[in-house]
Amino acid sequence: MKITAQEVGYVAHLARLDLGDEERGTLTSQLNNILMYMDILNGVDTEGTEPMTHAISLNNVLRDDEEEKSVGVEQALANAPDGDMGFFGVPKIIE
Amino acid sequence: MELNRLTIHELQEQLREGTLTSAEITESVYRRIASVEDRVHAYITLTEETALEQALAADRQIQEGGGGPLTGIPIALKDVLCTQGIRTTCGSRMLENFIPPYDATVVGKLRDAGAVFVGKTNMDEFAMGSSTETSYFGITRNPWDPDRIPGGSSGGSAAAIAADECIASLGTDTGGSIRQPSALCGVVGLKPTYGRVSRFGLVAFASSLDQIGPITKDVEDCAIMMNVICGHDPHDSTSVPVEVPDYRVCISRDIEGWTIGIPKEYFVEGIDPEIRAAVDTTIKTLEGLGARCRDISLPHTEYCVATYYIIAPSEASSNLARYDGVRYGFRAPDAENLLDMYKKTRSAGFGAEVKRRIMIGTYSLSSGYYDAYYKKASQVRALIRDDFDQAFTQCDVILTPATPTPAFRIGEKMDDPLQMYLCDIFTLSANLAGVPGISVPCGYTTGGLPLGVQFMANHFEEGKLLQIASAYESHSDHEKRKPEL
Repeated sequence: MKITAQEVGYVAHLARLDLGDEERGTLTSQLNNILMYMDILNGVDTEGTEPMTHAISLNNVLRDDEEEKSVGVEQALANAPDGDMGFFGVPKIIE
Repeated sequence: MELNRLTIHELQEQLREGTLTSAEITESVYRRIASVEDRVHAYITLTEETALEQALAADRQIQEGGGGPLTGIPIALKDVLCTQGIRTTCGSRMLENFIPPYDATVVGKLRDAGAVFVGKTNMDEFAMGSSTETSYFGITRNPWDPDRIPGGSSGGSAAAIAADECIASLGTDTGGSIRQPSALCGVVGLKPTYGRVSRFGLVAFASSLDQIGPITKDVEDCAIMMNVICGHDPHDSTSVPVEVPDYRVCISRDIEGWTIGIPKEYFVEGIDPEIRAAVDTTIKTLEGLGARCRDISLPHTEYCVATYYIIAPSEASSNLARYDGVRYGFRAPDAENLLDMYKKTRSAGFGAEVKRRIMIGTYSLSSGYYDAYYKKASQVRALIRDDFDQAFTQCDVILTPATPTPAFRIGEKMDDPLQMYLCDIFTLSANLAGVPGISVPCGYTTGGLPLGVQFMANHFEEGKLLQIASAYESHSDHEKRKPEL
Protein backbone atom coordinates (compact mmCIF):
# COMPACT_ATOMS: atom_id res chain seq x y z
CA MET A 1 0.00 0.00 0.00
CA LYS A 2 1.37 3.38 -1.03
CA ILE A 3 -1.43 5.37 0.50
CA THR A 4 -4.15 4.40 2.99
CA ALA A 5 -7.77 5.50 2.94
CA GLN A 6 -7.01 7.64 5.99
CA GLU A 7 -4.17 9.41 4.17
CA VAL A 8 -6.44 9.94 1.17
CA GLY A 9 -8.87 11.64 3.52
CA TYR A 10 -6.10 13.87 4.87
CA VAL A 11 -4.86 14.84 1.37
CA ALA A 12 -8.46 15.59 0.39
CA HIS A 13 -8.70 17.95 3.31
CA LEU A 14 -5.49 19.71 2.20
CA ALA A 15 -7.01 20.05 -1.28
CA ARG A 16 -10.29 21.29 0.20
CA LEU A 17 -12.29 18.37 -1.15
CA ASP A 18 -15.00 16.38 0.62
CA LEU A 19 -14.98 12.74 -0.41
CA GLY A 20 -17.83 10.38 0.28
CA ASP A 21 -16.94 6.89 1.59
CA GLU A 22 -17.37 5.27 -1.79
CA GLU A 23 -15.41 7.98 -3.62
CA ARG A 24 -12.62 7.71 -1.06
CA GLY A 25 -12.46 3.94 -1.49
CA THR A 26 -12.25 4.15 -5.29
CA LEU A 27 -9.67 6.93 -5.15
CA THR A 28 -7.54 5.02 -2.64
CA SER A 29 -7.25 2.06 -4.95
CA GLN A 30 -6.70 4.20 -8.06
CA LEU A 31 -4.07 6.36 -6.37
CA ASN A 32 -2.27 3.24 -5.16
CA ASN A 33 -2.11 1.94 -8.72
CA ILE A 34 -0.89 5.26 -10.06
CA LEU A 35 1.69 5.80 -7.30
CA MET A 36 2.98 2.26 -7.73
CA TYR A 37 3.51 3.03 -11.40
CA MET A 38 5.48 6.17 -10.39
CA ASP A 39 7.99 3.89 -8.60
CA ILE A 40 9.59 3.40 -12.00
CA LEU A 41 11.35 6.74 -11.38
CA ASN A 42 13.31 5.24 -8.50
CA GLY A 43 15.33 3.37 -11.11
CA VAL A 44 16.74 6.63 -12.52
CA ASP A 45 20.03 7.97 -11.19
CA THR A 46 19.41 11.66 -10.57
CA GLU A 47 22.35 12.24 -8.26
CA GLY A 48 23.59 15.79 -8.90
CA THR A 49 20.85 16.60 -11.45
CA GLU A 50 19.31 20.02 -10.98
CA PRO A 51 15.50 19.83 -10.95
CA MET A 52 14.02 21.43 -14.08
CA THR A 53 11.29 23.96 -13.46
CA HIS A 54 10.92 25.62 -16.85
CA ALA A 55 11.24 24.41 -20.40
CA ILE A 56 12.74 27.69 -21.53
CA SER A 57 14.66 29.66 -18.94
CA LEU A 58 14.11 33.38 -18.82
CA ASN A 59 15.82 35.50 -16.22
CA ASN A 60 14.70 38.71 -14.58
CA VAL A 61 11.56 39.33 -16.58
CA LEU A 62 10.86 42.87 -15.50
CA ARG A 63 8.82 45.69 -16.91
CA ASP A 64 8.56 49.38 -16.23
CA ASP A 65 6.41 50.18 -13.24
CA GLU A 66 3.74 52.04 -15.14
CA GLU A 67 0.11 52.35 -14.27
CA GLU A 68 -2.22 50.49 -16.63
CA LYS A 69 -5.95 50.24 -16.91
CA SER A 70 -7.32 47.26 -14.99
CA VAL A 71 -10.65 45.52 -14.69
CA GLY A 72 -12.99 47.77 -12.70
CA VAL A 73 -14.92 46.80 -9.57
CA GLU A 74 -18.16 46.15 -11.40
CA GLN A 75 -16.53 43.83 -13.95
CA ALA A 76 -14.44 42.11 -11.30
CA LEU A 77 -17.59 41.29 -9.32
CA ALA A 78 -19.73 40.36 -12.34
CA ASN A 79 -18.93 36.64 -12.07
CA ALA A 80 -18.99 36.42 -8.28
CA PRO A 81 -21.59 34.05 -6.78
CA ASP A 82 -22.16 36.69 -4.07
CA GLY A 83 -20.87 40.10 -5.10
CA ASP A 84 -22.92 42.83 -3.49
CA MET A 85 -22.04 46.41 -2.61
CA GLY A 86 -18.55 46.26 -4.05
CA PHE A 87 -17.45 43.21 -2.06
CA PHE A 88 -17.07 39.46 -2.48
CA GLY A 89 -19.47 37.90 0.02
CA VAL A 90 -18.49 34.72 1.90
CA PRO A 91 -20.08 32.74 4.73
CA LYS A 92 -19.35 33.95 8.23
CA ILE A 93 -15.69 33.47 9.18
CA ILE A 94 -15.57 34.64 12.80
CA GLU A 95 -17.83 32.95 15.32
CA MET B 1 -18.92 22.98 -53.58
CA GLU B 2 -19.74 23.20 -49.91
CA LEU B 3 -17.68 26.12 -48.63
CA ASN B 4 -17.34 24.72 -45.12
CA ARG B 5 -15.17 21.91 -46.53
CA LEU B 6 -12.49 24.27 -47.83
CA THR B 7 -9.25 25.43 -46.21
CA ILE B 8 -8.23 28.94 -45.16
CA HIS B 9 -5.92 29.39 -48.15
CA GLU B 10 -8.53 28.16 -50.64
CA LEU B 11 -11.17 30.50 -49.21
CA GLN B 12 -8.81 33.47 -48.95
CA GLU B 13 -8.17 33.35 -52.66
CA GLN B 14 -11.86 33.46 -53.49
CA LEU B 15 -12.58 36.11 -50.87
CA ARG B 16 -9.91 38.33 -52.41
CA GLU B 17 -11.19 37.72 -55.92
CA GLY B 18 -14.67 38.61 -54.73
CA THR B 19 -16.18 35.33 -55.94
CA LEU B 20 -17.62 34.60 -52.52
CA THR B 21 -18.33 36.33 -49.23
CA SER B 22 -17.57 35.60 -45.61
CA ALA B 23 -21.32 35.61 -44.94
CA GLU B 24 -21.70 32.72 -47.41
CA ILE B 25 -18.85 30.79 -45.80
CA THR B 26 -20.17 31.41 -42.31
CA GLU B 27 -23.70 30.37 -43.27
CA SER B 28 -22.37 27.20 -44.83
CA VAL B 29 -20.49 26.39 -41.59
CA TYR B 30 -23.66 26.81 -39.51
CA ARG B 31 -25.69 24.73 -41.99
CA ARG B 32 -23.14 21.96 -41.51
CA ILE B 33 -23.32 22.35 -37.74
CA ALA B 34 -27.12 22.14 -37.87
CA SER B 35 -26.95 18.93 -39.85
CA VAL B 36 -24.19 16.99 -38.00
CA GLU B 37 -23.72 18.49 -34.55
CA ASP B 38 -26.25 16.17 -32.87
CA ARG B 39 -24.01 13.27 -33.92
CA VAL B 40 -20.63 14.89 -33.18
CA HIS B 41 -21.17 17.38 -30.35
CA ALA B 42 -17.98 19.30 -31.04
CA TYR B 43 -19.23 22.52 -29.45
CA ILE B 44 -20.24 23.64 -25.98
CA THR B 45 -21.34 27.12 -27.06
CA LEU B 46 -22.24 28.45 -30.53
CA THR B 47 -22.11 32.17 -31.30
CA GLU B 48 -24.03 32.30 -34.57
CA GLU B 49 -25.44 35.77 -34.17
CA THR B 50 -22.15 37.55 -33.48
CA ALA B 51 -20.41 35.37 -36.08
CA LEU B 52 -22.75 36.58 -38.81
CA GLU B 53 -22.14 40.18 -37.73
CA GLN B 54 -18.39 39.57 -37.85
CA ALA B 55 -18.77 38.00 -41.30
CA LEU B 56 -20.68 41.02 -42.63
CA ALA B 57 -18.07 43.36 -41.18
CA ALA B 58 -15.35 41.27 -42.83
CA ASP B 59 -17.12 41.48 -46.18
CA ARG B 60 -17.33 45.26 -45.92
CA GLN B 61 -13.65 45.40 -45.06
CA ILE B 62 -12.70 43.25 -48.06
CA GLN B 63 -14.86 45.35 -50.37
CA GLU B 64 -13.00 48.42 -49.20
CA GLY B 65 -9.75 46.72 -50.11
CA GLY B 66 -8.69 46.02 -46.51
CA GLY B 67 -8.52 42.93 -44.36
CA GLY B 68 -6.00 40.88 -42.39
CA PRO B 69 -4.62 37.38 -42.79
CA LEU B 70 -7.82 35.71 -41.50
CA THR B 71 -10.48 38.18 -42.55
CA GLY B 72 -13.80 36.44 -42.91
CA ILE B 73 -12.56 32.96 -41.93
CA PRO B 74 -14.78 31.04 -39.44
CA ILE B 75 -12.66 29.74 -36.57
CA ALA B 76 -13.53 27.62 -33.53
CA LEU B 77 -11.90 28.16 -30.14
CA LYS B 78 -11.32 25.54 -27.46
CA ASP B 79 -13.44 26.49 -24.47
CA VAL B 80 -10.37 27.01 -22.28
CA LEU B 81 -9.53 30.31 -24.01
CA CYS B 82 -11.11 33.40 -22.51
CA THR B 83 -13.48 35.23 -24.84
CA GLN B 84 -14.80 38.59 -23.69
CA GLY B 85 -18.53 38.43 -23.13
CA ILE B 86 -18.81 34.79 -24.25
CA ARG B 87 -18.93 32.14 -21.55
CA THR B 88 -15.81 30.06 -21.12
CA THR B 89 -16.50 26.82 -19.28
CA CYS B 90 -13.34 24.71 -19.52
CA GLY B 91 -15.74 21.79 -19.83
CA SER B 92 -16.49 22.13 -16.12
CA ARG B 93 -19.51 22.69 -13.95
CA MET B 94 -17.21 24.99 -11.98
CA LEU B 95 -17.19 27.54 -14.83
CA GLU B 96 -20.59 26.75 -16.36
CA ASN B 97 -21.63 30.40 -16.20
CA PHE B 98 -18.27 32.15 -16.29
CA ILE B 99 -18.18 35.12 -18.65
CA PRO B 100 -14.63 36.46 -19.02
CA PRO B 101 -14.14 40.22 -18.79
CA TYR B 102 -11.33 40.09 -21.36
CA ASP B 103 -10.04 38.18 -24.40
CA ALA B 104 -7.08 35.83 -24.24
CA THR B 105 -4.14 37.34 -26.17
CA VAL B 106 -4.50 34.70 -28.92
CA VAL B 107 -8.21 35.49 -29.23
CA GLY B 108 -7.39 39.19 -29.58
CA LYS B 109 -4.80 38.37 -32.25
CA LEU B 110 -7.29 36.29 -34.23
CA ARG B 111 -9.87 39.06 -33.84
CA ASP B 112 -7.38 41.65 -35.12
CA ALA B 113 -6.57 39.34 -38.03
CA GLY B 114 -10.24 39.41 -39.01
CA ALA B 115 -11.43 35.98 -37.84
CA VAL B 116 -15.11 35.09 -37.45
CA PHE B 117 -15.70 33.14 -34.20
CA VAL B 118 -18.00 30.15 -34.69
CA GLY B 119 -18.14 28.99 -31.10
CA LYS B 120 -16.36 27.33 -28.20
CA THR B 121 -15.39 23.69 -28.56
CA ASN B 122 -15.82 20.81 -26.16
CA MET B 123 -12.90 19.49 -24.14
CA ASP B 124 -11.99 17.28 -21.24
CA GLU B 125 -12.70 19.11 -18.00
CA PHE B 126 -9.89 21.64 -17.41
CA ALA B 127 -8.07 19.90 -20.31
CA MET B 128 -7.47 16.83 -18.14
CA GLY B 129 -8.07 13.79 -20.27
CA SER B 130 -7.25 12.08 -23.55
CA SER B 131 -10.75 11.38 -24.86
CA THR B 132 -13.06 14.38 -24.25
CA GLU B 133 -15.15 12.06 -22.09
CA THR B 134 -14.58 14.03 -18.87
CA SER B 135 -16.44 17.14 -20.10
CA TYR B 136 -19.33 18.21 -17.86
CA PHE B 137 -21.23 19.03 -21.06
CA GLY B 138 -21.21 15.54 -22.54
CA ILE B 139 -18.88 13.59 -24.79
CA THR B 140 -17.72 14.46 -28.31
CA ARG B 141 -17.86 11.66 -30.87
CA ASN B 142 -15.22 10.90 -33.47
CA PRO B 143 -16.60 11.97 -36.88
CA TRP B 144 -14.96 8.87 -38.42
CA ASP B 145 -16.83 6.49 -36.12
CA PRO B 146 -19.48 7.73 -33.68
CA ASP B 147 -18.78 4.85 -31.28
CA ARG B 148 -15.23 6.10 -30.77
CA ILE B 149 -13.62 8.97 -28.91
CA PRO B 150 -12.09 11.90 -30.83
CA GLY B 151 -9.07 12.00 -28.52
CA GLY B 152 -8.50 14.80 -26.07
CA SER B 153 -8.37 17.08 -24.45
CA SER B 154 -8.94 19.28 -27.55
CA GLY B 155 -11.38 16.68 -28.92
CA GLY B 156 -14.03 19.25 -29.82
CA SER B 157 -11.62 21.36 -31.88
CA ALA B 158 -10.24 18.32 -33.74
CA ALA B 159 -13.71 16.85 -34.36
CA ALA B 160 -15.02 20.22 -35.58
CA ILE B 161 -12.21 20.35 -38.15
CA ALA B 162 -12.67 16.72 -39.25
CA ALA B 163 -16.44 17.21 -39.59
CA ASP B 164 -16.00 20.54 -41.43
CA GLU B 165 -17.93 22.36 -38.71
CA CYS B 166 -15.43 25.25 -38.96
CA ILE B 167 -12.49 26.19 -41.18
CA ALA B 168 -9.70 26.27 -38.57
CA SER B 169 -9.47 26.02 -34.81
CA LEU B 170 -7.30 26.53 -31.77
CA GLY B 171 -6.54 23.86 -29.19
CA THR B 172 -4.20 23.64 -26.24
CA ASP B 173 -1.61 20.99 -25.50
CA THR B 174 -0.22 20.15 -22.06
CA GLY B 175 0.75 16.54 -22.78
CA GLY B 176 -0.56 15.90 -26.27
CA SER B 177 -3.99 17.53 -26.19
CA ILE B 178 -3.55 19.06 -29.67
CA ARG B 179 -1.53 16.32 -31.38
CA GLN B 180 -3.34 13.22 -30.09
CA PRO B 181 -6.90 14.29 -31.07
CA SER B 182 -5.56 15.63 -34.38
CA ALA B 183 -4.07 12.20 -35.11
CA LEU B 184 -7.24 10.37 -34.10
CA CYS B 185 -9.45 12.69 -36.18
CA GLY B 186 -7.20 12.79 -39.26
CA VAL B 187 -6.31 16.49 -39.13
CA VAL B 188 -3.17 18.61 -38.61
CA GLY B 189 -2.27 19.85 -35.11
CA LEU B 190 0.79 21.74 -33.92
CA LYS B 191 2.02 22.35 -30.39
CA PRO B 192 4.48 25.24 -30.54
CA THR B 193 7.62 25.64 -28.43
CA TYR B 194 6.88 26.52 -24.81
CA GLY B 195 6.85 30.32 -24.72
CA ARG B 196 6.20 30.79 -28.46
CA VAL B 197 2.53 31.68 -27.97
CA SER B 198 1.17 33.83 -25.16
CA ARG B 199 -0.84 31.96 -22.54
CA PHE B 200 -2.50 35.12 -21.21
CA GLY B 201 -6.21 34.36 -20.94
CA LEU B 202 -5.71 30.61 -21.25
CA VAL B 203 -7.23 29.01 -18.16
CA ALA B 204 -4.17 27.40 -16.54
CA PHE B 205 -3.79 23.65 -16.11
CA ALA B 206 -0.03 23.00 -15.79
CA SER B 207 1.79 26.25 -16.33
CA SER B 208 5.24 24.87 -17.20
CA LEU B 209 3.73 22.65 -19.91
CA ASP B 210 0.64 24.38 -21.39
CA GLN B 211 0.82 25.77 -24.94
CA ILE B 212 -1.80 26.99 -27.40
CA GLY B 213 -1.66 25.88 -31.03
CA PRO B 214 -3.62 25.45 -34.27
CA ILE B 215 -5.71 22.47 -35.39
CA THR B 216 -6.34 22.73 -39.12
CA LYS B 217 -7.32 20.87 -42.28
CA ASP B 218 -3.87 21.04 -43.83
CA VAL B 219 -0.31 22.15 -43.13
CA GLU B 220 -0.52 25.45 -45.01
CA ASP B 221 -3.47 26.52 -42.86
CA CYS B 222 -1.44 25.58 -39.81
CA ALA B 223 1.33 27.94 -40.98
CA ILE B 224 -1.19 30.73 -41.59
CA MET B 225 -2.56 30.35 -38.06
CA MET B 226 0.96 30.26 -36.57
CA ASN B 227 1.80 33.52 -38.30
CA VAL B 228 -1.08 35.14 -36.44
CA ILE B 229 -0.83 33.64 -32.94
CA CYS B 230 2.93 33.56 -32.21
CA GLY B 231 5.01 36.20 -30.54
CA HIS B 232 5.99 37.78 -27.26
CA ASP B 233 3.28 39.25 -25.02
CA PRO B 234 4.02 41.62 -22.14
CA HIS B 235 1.04 40.05 -20.33
CA ASP B 236 2.70 36.62 -20.25
CA SER B 237 6.16 36.74 -18.72
CA THR B 238 6.87 33.19 -19.93
CA SER B 239 6.33 34.15 -23.56
CA VAL B 240 9.73 34.44 -25.18
CA PRO B 241 10.90 37.65 -26.90
CA VAL B 242 12.36 36.04 -30.02
CA GLU B 243 11.53 36.96 -33.58
CA VAL B 244 8.70 35.10 -35.31
CA PRO B 245 9.53 34.04 -38.88
CA ASP B 246 7.00 33.95 -41.72
CA TYR B 247 5.93 30.31 -41.44
CA ARG B 248 4.15 30.31 -44.76
CA VAL B 249 7.45 30.35 -46.66
CA CYS B 250 8.15 26.88 -45.20
CA ILE B 251 5.32 25.43 -47.26
CA SER B 252 6.38 23.56 -50.40
CA ARG B 253 10.10 23.82 -49.75
CA ASP B 254 11.99 20.56 -50.19
CA ILE B 255 13.71 18.53 -47.48
CA GLU B 256 16.61 17.27 -49.57
CA GLY B 257 19.56 16.41 -47.35
CA TRP B 258 17.66 16.57 -44.06
CA THR B 259 18.38 14.06 -41.33
CA ILE B 260 15.37 12.52 -39.62
CA GLY B 261 15.95 10.88 -36.25
CA ILE B 262 13.99 7.72 -35.50
CA PRO B 263 14.08 7.12 -31.73
CA LYS B 264 14.15 3.39 -31.10
CA GLU B 265 12.32 3.80 -27.77
CA TYR B 266 9.17 4.88 -29.65
CA PHE B 267 9.01 1.71 -31.73
CA VAL B 268 8.40 -0.89 -29.07
CA GLU B 269 5.75 -3.49 -28.42
CA GLY B 270 2.25 -2.20 -27.88
CA ILE B 271 2.08 -0.07 -31.02
CA ASP B 272 -0.83 -1.02 -33.20
CA PRO B 273 0.62 -2.89 -36.23
CA GLU B 274 -1.32 -0.71 -38.68
CA ILE B 275 0.23 2.43 -37.16
CA ARG B 276 3.65 0.81 -37.35
CA ALA B 277 3.08 0.03 -41.03
CA ALA B 278 1.79 3.54 -41.82
CA VAL B 279 4.79 5.13 -40.11
CA ASP B 280 7.18 2.83 -41.99
CA THR B 281 5.55 3.95 -45.24
CA THR B 282 5.92 7.58 -44.14
CA ILE B 283 9.64 7.03 -43.56
CA LYS B 284 10.01 5.61 -47.08
CA THR B 285 8.14 8.56 -48.58
CA LEU B 286 10.45 11.00 -46.79
CA GLU B 287 13.53 9.09 -47.92
CA GLY B 288 12.16 9.35 -51.44
CA LEU B 289 12.21 13.13 -50.98
CA GLY B 290 15.92 13.11 -50.26
CA ALA B 291 15.88 12.93 -46.45
CA ARG B 292 18.13 10.52 -44.62
CA CYS B 293 16.74 8.56 -41.67
CA ARG B 294 18.98 7.49 -38.81
CA ASP B 295 18.39 5.66 -35.57
CA ILE B 296 18.68 7.81 -32.50
CA SER B 297 18.04 7.22 -28.81
CA LEU B 298 15.97 9.14 -26.28
CA PRO B 299 17.02 6.94 -23.37
CA HIS B 300 14.64 8.31 -20.72
CA THR B 301 11.50 7.81 -22.79
CA GLU B 302 10.09 5.09 -20.53
CA TYR B 303 10.00 7.56 -17.64
CA CYS B 304 7.96 10.23 -19.44
CA VAL B 305 4.50 9.07 -18.36
CA ALA B 306 5.43 8.84 -14.66
CA THR B 307 7.30 12.16 -14.78
CA TYR B 308 4.44 13.93 -16.52
CA TYR B 309 1.73 12.52 -14.27
CA ILE B 310 3.57 13.88 -11.22
CA ILE B 311 4.49 17.31 -12.61
CA ALA B 312 1.23 18.13 -14.42
CA PRO B 313 -1.09 17.22 -11.49
CA SER B 314 1.21 19.04 -9.05
CA GLU B 315 0.94 22.24 -11.04
CA ALA B 316 -2.78 21.63 -11.54
CA SER B 317 -3.42 21.21 -7.82
CA SER B 318 -1.88 24.62 -7.29
CA ASN B 319 -3.55 26.31 -10.29
CA LEU B 320 -6.99 24.93 -9.44
CA ALA B 321 -6.82 26.18 -5.86
CA ARG B 322 -8.36 29.40 -7.21
CA TYR B 323 -11.75 27.71 -7.67
CA ASP B 324 -13.06 28.35 -4.20
CA GLY B 325 -16.52 29.71 -4.91
CA VAL B 326 -15.60 33.29 -4.00
CA ARG B 327 -14.61 35.39 -7.01
CA TYR B 328 -16.16 33.49 -9.91
CA GLY B 329 -17.63 30.17 -10.83
CA PHE B 330 -19.85 27.73 -9.03
CA ARG B 331 -20.61 28.01 -5.32
CA ALA B 332 -22.36 25.22 -3.42
CA PRO B 333 -25.37 26.39 -1.41
CA ASP B 334 -26.02 25.70 2.26
CA ALA B 335 -22.50 25.90 3.64
CA GLU B 336 -22.13 26.16 7.40
CA ASN B 337 -18.90 28.14 7.31
CA LEU B 338 -16.11 29.19 4.96
CA LEU B 339 -14.17 25.89 5.05
CA ASP B 340 -17.37 23.96 4.49
CA MET B 341 -18.19 26.26 1.56
CA TYR B 342 -14.78 25.63 -0.04
CA LYS B 343 -15.10 21.89 0.33
CA LYS B 344 -18.70 21.60 -0.84
CA THR B 345 -18.03 23.93 -3.79
CA ARG B 346 -14.94 22.08 -4.99
CA SER B 347 -16.44 18.63 -4.44
CA ALA B 348 -19.57 19.41 -6.43
CA GLY B 349 -17.91 21.72 -9.00
CA PHE B 350 -15.10 19.39 -10.14
CA GLY B 351 -15.55 16.05 -11.89
CA ALA B 352 -13.84 12.77 -10.98
CA GLU B 353 -10.73 13.11 -13.16
CA VAL B 354 -10.01 16.65 -12.02
CA LYS B 355 -10.34 15.60 -8.39
CA ARG B 356 -8.09 12.63 -9.01
CA ARG B 357 -5.38 14.89 -10.45
CA ILE B 358 -5.76 17.44 -7.67
CA MET B 359 -5.29 14.57 -5.22
CA ILE B 360 -2.18 13.21 -7.00
CA GLY B 361 -0.72 16.71 -7.16
CA THR B 362 -1.51 17.63 -3.57
CA TYR B 363 0.02 14.35 -2.40
CA SER B 364 3.17 14.81 -4.54
CA LEU B 365 3.71 18.30 -3.15
CA SER B 366 2.84 17.47 0.44
CA SER B 367 5.34 17.50 3.24
CA GLY B 368 7.23 14.21 3.40
CA TYR B 369 6.53 13.23 -0.22
CA TYR B 370 7.85 16.25 -2.10
CA ASP B 371 11.39 14.90 -2.55
CA ALA B 372 10.24 11.42 -3.55
CA TYR B 373 7.72 12.64 -6.12
CA TYR B 374 7.80 16.24 -7.31
CA LYS B 375 11.53 16.85 -6.93
CA LYS B 376 12.42 13.45 -8.36
CA ALA B 377 10.13 14.02 -11.35
CA SER B 378 11.63 17.48 -11.94
CA GLN B 379 15.11 15.92 -12.00
CA VAL B 380 14.06 13.20 -14.42
CA ARG B 381 12.47 15.93 -16.53
CA ALA B 382 15.89 17.57 -16.85
CA LEU B 383 17.29 14.27 -18.12
CA ILE B 384 14.45 13.96 -20.64
CA ARG B 385 15.26 17.46 -21.92
CA ASP B 386 18.96 16.54 -22.11
CA ASP B 387 17.99 13.54 -24.28
CA PHE B 388 16.39 15.92 -26.76
CA ASP B 389 19.34 18.35 -26.68
CA GLN B 390 21.62 15.43 -27.49
CA ALA B 391 19.30 14.08 -30.21
CA PHE B 392 19.08 17.40 -32.03
CA THR B 393 22.86 17.45 -32.47
CA GLN B 394 22.32 14.40 -34.70
CA CYS B 395 19.18 15.21 -36.66
CA ASP B 396 16.95 18.01 -37.96
CA VAL B 397 13.68 16.54 -36.80
CA ILE B 398 12.50 13.49 -34.88
CA LEU B 399 9.78 11.23 -36.29
CA THR B 400 7.50 9.05 -34.14
CA PRO B 401 3.96 7.68 -34.26
CA ALA B 402 1.58 10.31 -32.78
CA THR B 403 -0.37 7.71 -30.81
CA PRO B 404 0.12 4.03 -29.96
CA THR B 405 -3.37 3.06 -31.19
CA PRO B 406 -6.14 4.51 -33.38
CA ALA B 407 -9.22 6.03 -31.68
CA PHE B 408 -10.57 3.70 -29.00
CA ARG B 409 -14.19 3.05 -28.11
CA ILE B 410 -16.19 5.40 -25.94
CA GLY B 411 -16.05 4.19 -22.34
CA GLU B 412 -13.20 1.75 -22.99
CA LYS B 413 -10.65 3.38 -20.70
CA MET B 414 -12.83 5.41 -18.35
CA ASP B 415 -12.55 2.98 -15.44
CA ASP B 416 -8.78 2.70 -15.59
CA PRO B 417 -7.05 6.10 -15.26
CA LEU B 418 -3.57 4.65 -15.71
CA GLN B 419 -4.52 3.08 -19.07
CA MET B 420 -5.89 6.47 -20.12
CA TYR B 421 -2.63 8.17 -19.09
CA LEU B 422 -0.65 5.74 -21.26
CA CYS B 423 -2.51 7.02 -24.38
CA ASP B 424 -0.25 10.08 -24.26
CA ILE B 425 2.95 8.06 -24.26
CA PHE B 426 4.35 9.54 -27.52
CA THR B 427 3.31 13.16 -27.03
CA LEU B 428 4.21 13.94 -23.38
CA SER B 429 7.94 14.22 -23.97
CA ALA B 430 7.64 17.32 -26.19
CA ASN B 431 5.86 19.19 -23.38
CA LEU B 432 8.37 18.06 -20.77
CA ALA B 433 11.28 19.20 -22.95
CA GLY B 434 9.41 22.30 -24.19
CA VAL B 435 10.03 21.45 -27.86
CA PRO B 436 7.46 21.86 -30.65
CA GLY B 437 5.62 18.91 -32.20
CA ILE B 438 3.20 18.44 -35.07
CA SER B 439 0.82 15.61 -35.89
CA VAL B 440 0.02 15.00 -39.56
CA PRO B 441 -2.34 12.40 -41.07
CA CYS B 442 -0.41 9.38 -42.41
CA GLY B 443 -3.09 6.93 -43.50
CA TYR B 444 -6.00 4.85 -42.26
CA THR B 445 -6.63 1.52 -40.61
CA THR B 446 -8.40 -1.15 -42.66
CA GLY B 447 -11.48 -0.16 -40.65
CA GLY B 448 -11.16 3.41 -41.94
CA LEU B 449 -9.85 5.16 -38.82
CA PRO B 450 -7.27 7.92 -39.40
CA LEU B 451 -3.67 7.61 -38.18
CA GLY B 452 -1.08 10.28 -37.42
CA VAL B 453 2.68 10.67 -37.57
CA GLN B 454 4.43 13.11 -35.24
CA PHE B 455 7.46 15.28 -35.98
CA MET B 456 9.36 17.08 -33.22
CA ALA B 457 12.05 19.75 -33.65
CA ASN B 458 14.33 21.76 -31.41
CA HIS B 459 13.08 24.84 -29.54
CA PHE B 460 11.67 27.55 -31.87
CA GLU B 461 12.08 25.39 -34.97
CA GLU B 462 8.38 25.19 -35.83
CA GLY B 463 9.39 26.20 -39.36
CA LYS B 464 11.16 22.86 -39.80
CA LEU B 465 8.06 21.01 -38.63
CA LEU B 466 5.86 22.84 -41.11
CA GLN B 467 8.39 22.31 -43.87
CA ILE B 468 8.67 18.54 -43.45
CA ALA B 469 4.96 18.14 -42.71
CA SER B 470 4.06 20.04 -45.86
CA ALA B 471 6.60 18.14 -47.98
CA TYR B 472 5.16 14.88 -46.66
CA GLU B 473 1.56 16.01 -47.09
CA SER B 474 2.05 16.85 -50.75
CA HIS B 475 3.91 13.63 -51.58
CA SER B 476 2.23 10.94 -49.48
CA ASP B 477 0.26 8.45 -51.56
CA HIS B 478 -2.53 7.78 -49.08
CA GLU B 479 -5.73 9.25 -50.42
CA LYS B 480 -7.28 12.27 -48.73
CA ARG B 481 -10.64 11.26 -47.33
CA LYS B 482 -13.43 12.98 -45.43
CA PRO B 483 -15.53 11.20 -42.82
CA GLU B 484 -19.05 10.20 -43.87
CA LEU B 485 -21.54 11.74 -41.49
